Amino acid sequence: MDGAAAAARDLRPSQAAGIPAEVPLRSTILPLRVEGLRYAAGGHAILHGVDLEIAAGPPTLVVGPNGAGKSVLLRLLHGLLTPAGGRIAWAVPFDQARRRQAMVFQRPVMLRRSALANVVYPLALAGLPRAGRAARAREALARVGLLHLAERPARQLSGGEQQRLALARAWALAPELIFLDEPTANLDPAATRAVEAIVQDIAAAGTKVVMTSHDLAQARRLAGDIVFLHRGRVIEHAPAARFFAAPRAPEAAAFLRGELLA
Amino acid sequence: MEDFDAAFAIAIGMIGSADPALLEIVVLSLKVSAAAVLLAALVGLPLGALLAVARFPGRRAVVVALNALMGLPPVVAGLAIYLLLSRSGPLGELGLLFTPGAMVLAQAVLIAPILAALARQVLEGLWEEYAEQLRSFGAGPWRAVPSLLFDGRFALSTVLLAGFGRASAEVGAVMIVGGNIEGFTRVMTTAIALETSKGNLPLALALGVVLMAIVLTVNAAVQVLRDAAARRAA
Repeated sequence: MDGAAAAARDLRPSQAAGIPAEVPLRSTILPLRVEGLRYAAGGHAILHGVDLEIAAGPPTLVVGPNGAGKSVLLRLLHGLLTPAGGRIAWAVPFDQARRRQAMVFQRPVMLRRSALANVVYPLALAGLPRAGRAARAREALARVGLLHLAERPARQLSGGEQQRLALARAWALAPELIFLDEPTANLDPAATRAVEAIVQDIAAAGTKVVMTSHDLAQARRLAGDIVFLHRGRVIEHAPAARFFAAPRAPEAAAFLRGELLA
Repeated sequence: MEDFDAAFAIAIGMIGSADPALLEIVVLSLKVSAAAVLLAALVGLPLGALLAVARFPGRRAVVVALNALMGLPPVVAGLAIYLLLSRSGPLGELGLLFTPGAMVLAQAVLIAPILAALARQVLEGLWEEYAEQLRSFGAGPWRAVPSLLFDGRFALSTVLLAGFGRASAEVGAVMIVGGNIEGFTRVMTTAIALETSKGNLPLALALGVVLMAIVLTVNAAVQVLRDAAARRAA
């Protein structure tokens, strides 16, 4: 067995002793193929048949106006919502894919514990042996610059610190893919810069980032490819450079010009 | 008003002289109520947490029933335990009737629904906040129960105090299963009831003042501990 295959095998939480300190360099759960994905809530259709393929590589940014269905799409892909129809197919069975991904929400949910304990908690759920959890969590805190606040109650941290803690909590799991739902929506510019730097670090270390944003400048800074979602459909999916230079769909062009899409 | 003046004078005298008979009654009261809260918490808090996270048909009916059980009359709880523990009852072999153990059991039955109902209420709000994040971590409702109990610990300390207040204030259940035997199963409330029936109203009232002072002290102590802990870990 070659080294990469061994590393991939060791990612399985059931073989928790082997959860690597480094994030995986090779993805096993991607590509993700989505076909005809539909979702409705309260009789109101939110996604009308989304077709999408997400491959390993630089961050995928899902952009579009408010109410386009971006957050719902991420929750469906992460398995928090049940689709009304369509298919979500990972390269591995769902249960395996589920254990190798993490999600950070727009409003981070802080457990009523210390910052360190917030990172330790999902490690315990993932089956990491008790002995290794604190060291692993401290390392994750260090990567987001929060090690000095490790013992502080998480809910006493500022909004930006909480979001960085949420990123550390997700990253500590060494996932192959992280979903980020508008992680900077409630943050000031300084905190936004800090979060974006961490997102770039996560991507550079080999974890696939799939992130929603309604901020086009942010999408330009971070994206490898852009998924433009409008009224519950993928209108365009293109490499970021091409999308911003020459969007093909008229709605995408209008969105880039800053027009309000109805 | 003379009764009240006399009562306070007697109460202060009793506390000041540390009357051994009174001390014995006070200590037994505290022990029984504390043990009952502990026993009821072991059952009631996990049950409340489970009810906060679980979704099943008939859940609303269970919640309504639990809330109704908060109003369970102590005499009825005492009577049920009496029948269970009496010589001819299913648990008669244990020989618990008219012992402090029986009093603990009766009070635990009385307050477990209170703890469960209040814990359900408190933890449901916490679960609303946590649910999506915990599911993202891969924790289902079962795994969430201990997490919610831990993270809700400050709110739950108030729930425990409500149970303790109910236990230390009730007389019907401990009277029936304990029997108010002097030096063995006599507690504050049964002593008050006895002195009242004997017509010794100032003494009864004085015991009441002492009981309230104890409950106040316990609540204050818990509040101080809770605030100190919350400052470190809210």
